[in-house]
Amino acid sequence: MDKRLQTIVQKLEKEFGAASSETRGEVSLFVAAEKIVAACQQVQGQGFELLSAMTAVDYWPEENPRFHVVYEFTSVSKNLRLEIRVPVPGISPCLPTVSHIYRNANWRERELWDMFGIRFEGHPDLRRILMPADWEGHPLRKDYPLGYEEPQFSFNFEEIDLRKPYAKE
Amino acid sequence: MTDLQEVTVDDLKHLVSERAIQGETVLLNMGPQHPSTHGVLRLLLELDGEIVVNCIPDIGFLHTGIEKNMEAKTYQKAEVMTDRLDYLNTVGNILAYSLAVEKLVELDVPPRAQAMRVILAELQRIASHLIWLGTAALDVAAMSTFLYCFRERESILDILEMCSGQRMMTTYIRPGGLWRDMPVEFEQAVRNFIKIFPRRVDQYEALLTRNPLFLDRTLGIGKITTEDALNFGMTGPGLRATGSDWDLRKKQPYSGYEQYDFEVPTRPEGDVYARYLVRVQEMREALKIIVQALDKLPLGPVRSSNRKFVPPPRSEIGVSMEALIHHFKLWTEGFSAPKGSVYSAVESPRGELGVYLESDGGPKPYRVHWRTPSFDNLQAMPLMSKGVLVADLVAIIGSVDIVLGDVDR
Repeated sequence: MDKRLQTIVQKLEKEFGAASSETRGEVSLFVAAEKIVAACQQVQGQGFELLSAMTAVDYWPEENPRFHVVYEFTSVSKNLRLEIRVPVPGISPCLPTVSHIYRNANWRERELWDMFGIRFEGHPDLRRILMPADWEGHPLRKDYPLGYEEPQFSFNFEEIDLRKPYAKE
Repeated sequence: MTDLQEVTVDDLKHLVSERAIQGETVLLNMGPQHPSTHGVLRLLLELDGEIVVNCIPDIGFLHTGIEKNMEAKTYQKAEVMTDRLDYLNTVGNILAYSLAVEKLVELDVPPRAQAMRVILAELQRIASHLIWLGTAALDVAAMSTFLYCFRERESILDILEMCSGQRMMTTYIRPGGLWRDMPVEFEQAVRNFIKIFPRRVDQYEALLTRNPLFLDRTLGIGKITTEDALNFGMTGPGLRATGSDWDLRKKQPYSGYEQYDFEVPTRPEGDVYARYLVRVQEMREALKIIVQALDKLPLGPVRSSNRKFVPPPRSEIGVSMEALIHHFKLWTEGFSAPKGSVYSAVESPRGELGVYLESDGGPKPYRVHWRTPSFDNLQAMPLMSKGVLVADLVAIIGSVDIVLGDVDR
């Protein structure tokens, strides 16, 4: 591990009771949900200017924690990367927003709400972003089925056409 | 956890200013079918006469659920979906995906394949910048540049077709190397391109760089500072036009970029014109990399010989029982990746293109997330377009270089 990164990680470990791990050269920290805002402020203060990615993983049927929300930070000035993972339970999943610290978290959190149904408290504009506003369910959850389209052949073209969801006159 | 909601005007109240509610400013839709939005992007504009008070992007029209689809496919079958993300940077997408898979399963890539990857990725970067240059210039009414840019782009697409059989959806790069070695005509075709292209860039610059009409439309428009750009997650030429020299090819080299000698063009101004200059200069630098990579292109295999992950060549299947077994296993079940997650990023023409890949130990990725640069770059656009004229907004959209396939995934 890079020495500069090591001091930052040690500091975060001490301050937030985070557990760190290193695999394939990537350093990852586990932080509790209630401490994520303070941790993000600390991380930004340590020179990580860029929130590169923010995503979630669904471990259904596990319930506690069901999700991991993953933050990938990049330090442009120091050329370092750091990952923070936050476990989130499956029943009314909720996290405090970090969109006031990293402003691009705004859309990223909307995407997570849209795709995983994870609510972000204090978010200024928590609407769906990729799916239509009246969509039901959260598509990237593991208990959400993958849709498919029935192939139409000449012998069953009309039969399948009737079941298609598009508007008819 | 299902909830049905309808969008009403009230839902958007918090996004517009007080004056819009009192009726002093006008709300206007730009898009989703508007030639200047470069795809299906809808912008809700709050206008005070000609001046943009607020710009609220609405995305998702091109959402294809690629992340969900990839979870249902094996690592090899998921490869072809990557081309459908950022359709102007198909080689870059599959490169990012392959690097992530290689990092996950710790797979080696032969030097010849690495050099080929660099050549193709840089050709694709030029092709992507050419589309950008053509369309962005078209947005500010420079019609002829568009036609010239597409002429050169076509010769790059011919080279891609020569390699992979496809002009755009190439899937030529695979985890562990390439699909197959390049054809014999490849080198000559690239050399021809290298010979003509510098003169062509000069021609584009002669049309635009000192053109007073172009300067009027771009100088000082859509300014952003480095701090704001980073805070909004902006990367790529947009960030480098604010003075930062953040380029993953230099800072966190992959595929052997550290062997090549090239500059990272930057400009301090952070406006539309600076973004134009950075991208034009990047095309010249990309050409420099291609020349170097082609000159010292090593000989040897183009695929890893690790048969647990890379299928054997066709010639071996007829004579080796083991090769036949590997072939059968890899194309039915696929390979299993060890448990764990990786994040790997490359410098796409638009910025940091990252792949977050998580495996549960099975033959299918448990989760794939694409950190696409356009998504964050577009998010910074409302900040750049505060208080500009509608006509300038068009120039700003062009300069951000968004690809909606990249934004909506």
